[in-house]
Amino acid sequence: MSLLMLDAIGVVRNGNVILDDVSLELARGEIVTIVGPNGSGKSTLLRLIIGALAPSCGRVTRDEHLSIGYVPQRIQIDPTLPVTVGRFMALPHRRHQSDIEAALTSAGAGDLIKRQLSALSGGQLQKVLVARALLERPSLLVLDEANQGLDHRATAEFYRHIDRVRTELGCAVLMVSHELHVVMKASDRVICLNGTVCCQGRPERVAASPEWQSLFGIEERDAVAFYRHTEPGHAEPDQGEQAHDAQSHAGSGHEAPAAPQQERACRHAG
Amino acid sequence: MLDDFMIRAALAGTGVALAAAPLGCFVVWRRMAYFGDATAHAAMLGVALSLVLSVSLLASVLVVALIMALLVSLLSDRGYTMDTLLGVMAHAALAFGLVAVSLVQVARLDLMSYLIGDILAVGRQDLMLIWGGALLVVLIIALRWSGLLISTLNPDLARASGVDPRREQLLLTLSLAVVVAVALKVVGVLLIAAFLIIPAAAARPFSRTPEGMAVLAAAVAIVSANGGLVIAWHFDTPAGPSMVSLAAVCFVLMTLAGLVCRRLGERHTRTT
Repeated sequence: MSLLMLDAIGVVRNGNVILDDVSLELARGEIVTIVGPNGSGKSTLLRLIIGALAPSCGRVTRDEHLSIGYVPQRIQIDPTLPVTVGRFMALPHRRHQSDIEAALTSAGAGDLIKRQLSALSGGQLQKVLVARALLERPSLLVLDEANQGLDHRATAEFYRHIDRVRTELGCAVLMVSHELHVVMKASDRVICLNGTVCCQGRPERVAASPEWQSLFGIEERDAVAFYRHTEPGHAEPDQGEQAHDAQSHAGSGHEAPAAPQQERACRHAG
Repeated sequence: MLDDFMIRAALAGTGVALAAAPLGCFVVWRRMAYFGDATAHAAMLGVALSLVLSVSLLASVLVVALIMALLVSLLSDRGYTMDTLLGVMAHAALAFGLVAVSLVQVARLDLMSYLIGDILAVGRQDLMLIWGGALLVVLIIALRWSGLLISTLNPDLARASGVDPRREQLLLTLSLAVVVAVALKVVGVLLIAAFLIIPAAAARPFSRTPEGMAVLAAAVAIVSANGGLVIAWHFDTPAGPSMVSLAAVCFVLMTLAGLVCRRLGERHTRTT
């Protein structure tokens, strides 16, 4: 059976519908990416899956052997709390020192074991969080925008690491991402979320679907205009780059007025 | 031996210090300083209640502190702006408590002894209650240490590892009410929060692990409690405030020493 099944999940908070009629299924060993604009309920969906949030309606079915390794978007370490990376790795379950060292080394953070958690940079903390999540030998690894704050090379290295982990542990990977060009390459399946599941399937099929176009198409046109305006003499960048820049462009403010329209498009499609 | 009031006072102070220090670390890490204040000040309402209903002081303070602590953590879950709200509740609880106590004015009442404690009047039975409560709190914190720590670092990480952060919060709330109830006689409602926070803050510069910080905070608290008693004895000053003053001096000295050590460490790494 599947690792995890969501059946017609709805989440309502303070009268706002955050998730509506979301159904999805996760199988062992697959890499699934959730994409969607800001405020589309991606993080809420992840928090629901790790059990930090109860659904207002619908049903969550978990495999009885399901163990989750969770990498949050960011964590705030209060500087009054002294804790070394090594100690953090063994929370809340005790671990062998050799396992901790191996997990950190595999994540490229072997030299950080004696450092204070609050003194780490964003990228270092990210590596430590991934290493800690994998130490639980999870059957499902959940990553919330885990490549945030990483540059292009580090992001590519990060996804190679995730792919290696999937092969080694055989765990399913569920992640949220903004970076469309990476999503295309690194996932078995893409779920396009905007309050509800607009469309899902193999990356290339989703990219060709009208629902995807209605969510991201407008912004892609914006991006082309943006490029032509600022770099008139240059050749157009390749498709992947465009899509990526379109997304960060949208993040800087364009999506707010467009949101209701997008939502309607989703409802009709779903 | 327990007939000597100074020995009873020293034991009482040590007991409270032992429980307050590790709990105080969590109060500092979770930024619950005002939360501690509100709960401690609510103890004054408990004093009034025990006078009106003529029930045990410890029981009524425990109940009122617990209600206050639960109320505050309930409100914090509702997303109110905590800083102002806690400020209001902390001082309102104290004011209402003082008004209520003055309404049930009785001959045996000494208001100051509740405000700043009366450790020299601790009896054998008090001592048993203080140590019972202190050991209970130390036991709770020791048993749930890892769960409490991961919930403090990040509630969602705790969830994903199968730890319920709300239950850990409830345990801390409960422990806080117990510490307030047993510390009332030792340091009084005004200074209980100081006894939680100052030793933990003093221990921070010399701690590399959370366990180390809890142990060092306990050491600072025990030294302050007993040293404060000695000061009170020699200079005829009130015991509770003397203890807190000594803890504050420890905080200043240890913070300065921490700064100097770090400066020397930097110079060392620069020259080598």
